[in-house]
Amino acid sequence: MLSPAELEALLLSLRISAVAVLCALPIAIALAALLAHRRFPGKAIVDGALHLPMVLPPVVVGYLLLITLGTRAPAGAWLLQHLGIRFAFSWTGAALAAGIITFPFQFRAIRLSIEAIDSGIGDAARTLGAGSFDRFVNLTLPLALPGIIAGAITAFAACLGEFGAIITFVSNIPGETRTLPLAIYSALQSPGGEAEAARLSLLSIALALIGVTLAEFADRRVRVFAGR
Amino acid sequence: MSISARIRHDFGGFHIEANFAVGTPGIAALFGPSGSGKTSIVNAIAGLLRPSQGSIVIGGETVLDTEAHIFVPPRLRRIGYVFQDARLFPHMSVENNLRFGWRRAPIRAQEAEFERIVSLLGLEALLARRPAKLSGGEKSRVALGRALLSSPRALLLDEPLAALDAARKAEIFPYLERLRDEAKLPMLYVSHSLDEVARLADEVIVLKEGRVVAQAPVFDMLADLDLSAHTGTPSFGAVIDTRVFAHRSADGLSILAFDGGQLTVPLLDRAAGQRLRVRIRAEDVMLAAEEPRTISANNVLLCSVTAIRETGATHADVQLLCGQARFVSRITRASARRLGLKPAMPVFAIAKSVIVDPQAQPVAD
Repeated sequence: MLSPAELEALLLSLRISAVAVLCALPIAIALAALLAHRRFPGKAIVDGALHLPMVLPPVVVGYLLLITLGTRAPAGAWLLQHLGIRFAFSWTGAALAAGIITFPFQFRAIRLSIEAIDSGIGDAARTLGAGSFDRFVNLTLPLALPGIIAGAITAFAACLGEFGAIITFVSNIPGETRTLPLAIYSALQSPGGEAEAARLSLLSIALALIGVTLAEFADRRVRVFAGR
Repeated sequence: MSISARIRHDFGGFHIEANFAVGTPGIAALFGPSGSGKTSIVNAIAGLLRPSQGSIVIGGETVLDTEAHIFVPPRLRRIGYVFQDARLFPHMSVENNLRFGWRRAPIRAQEAEFERIVSLLGLEALLARRPAKLSGGEKSRVALGRALLSSPRALLLDEPLAALDAARKAEIFPYLERLRDEAKLPMLYVSHSLDEVARLADEVIVLKEGRVVAQAPVFDMLADLDLSAHTGTPSFGAVIDTRVFAHRSADGLSILAFDGGQLTVPLLDRAAGQRLRVRIRAEDVMLAAEEPRTISANNVLLCSVTAIRETGATHADVQLLCGQARFVSRITRASARRLGLKPAMPVFAIAKSVIVDPQAQPVAD
């Protein structure tokens, strides 16, 4: 079926996507809650900036990461020297790039579902003695759960397909940063690689279908839970 | 426990300036047409609205004083609030809704109190359900229970019946009446329905364009000619506090006693001695200068005239005193002249109809 290199690319893709989504999720929830409920000066600018990765060419995001977190860039050098964290040419860098590119998917879905919660319910909770953290944990999170899960699954599927930012920032290193799309690209670049490219493409299509179906299924289950 | 409020607030164009105090357990109605500022006032008391000026004292604790920069947040005010749209938590069972405030109360009520409220409101069979599976009336009852279980110092009810149809209202009324009669805490009941006020309130605070224009006990308010001008006249009349005196089952009648005499009504399923509030509409009261001996009406009461006010082009409202109870009779001006009505004159009032709310049956224990 799959060659060891192809299997490696598949597992690497899944790992990078999982790490990217899980790391970005709490940040997306926190920022979505903040922007859904609070008013502050410059809110529109913050909001726009958070959506930027969705509209920027991924190559630009990769380039920006390279010049800030590359081994010779000041921030990258500092991280490596003091904390031993290296993003450049590493799978963690690929996860970072994918996480940033797909962040708006999570952020948007979560924010919309938080905004859809009737604010009157929060008022009712306030009169019943619930403080803001209490309301966040016991009302906002469970009621926004459909959006959180849908956002996370969509972002995961999008991470699997990320190409431009990863290849620009962390290059195309087999076993380290060569995810499925990069493996397909490499196969097409090498003579006689069409069959491999076709197999990996089919695999990508199957993964995407599974992702979409899961998102739909989870959404329905969670809506029942949330009483909608 | 008491609530006193002095609130000033501007909503760009609409101005609220309300001063009032309610001191005793029981239901005080905040009565007025839509847009008279009723909800804003209860929101200010709950802390959901921060008035630009004023002070609010609940049970001796100042929860708002704009001059002293005191603002106690809603979660620390211990005010139960029953919203018009119930606002149950959709992802929690009825039981978890009920226990939400109960768990967070600084002094948590006993488990026995939880069970008492559940049975008072007839919620036993609903505990495991989700709000989405409840009828409108059931939602209202759960919202009421949730507020009561948070150990509140006072209860705010913002038109809890407005979203319900007549049948659902009838379902809730007995619970509210029972709550009033067993009340240990002051309740502010927002309503624009005179029917609800007459049936439930002990005291009425009348609001008009953001101001308190009158405050009086309900028994006086509805029979008071000056005050009734504020309440919008069409359905005003008398509210009388009676006790079930006796039953004449052979005739299919029950006798109700009040301190001005007796009223005869169709047979009721109520034990003798029980309190019962009845209403008599001004249009349903005829007057006679001499005692009418041959008349089909059962309810003839000797009263004295206390005031006469002409209303509209044709009618006059006559205020009557019967013992301590006050009535109003709406008759034509021509009749008033023919009878030679004047204050202090004794007259016989003939009540054509006494409204005993059909749902005013004892709530099953």
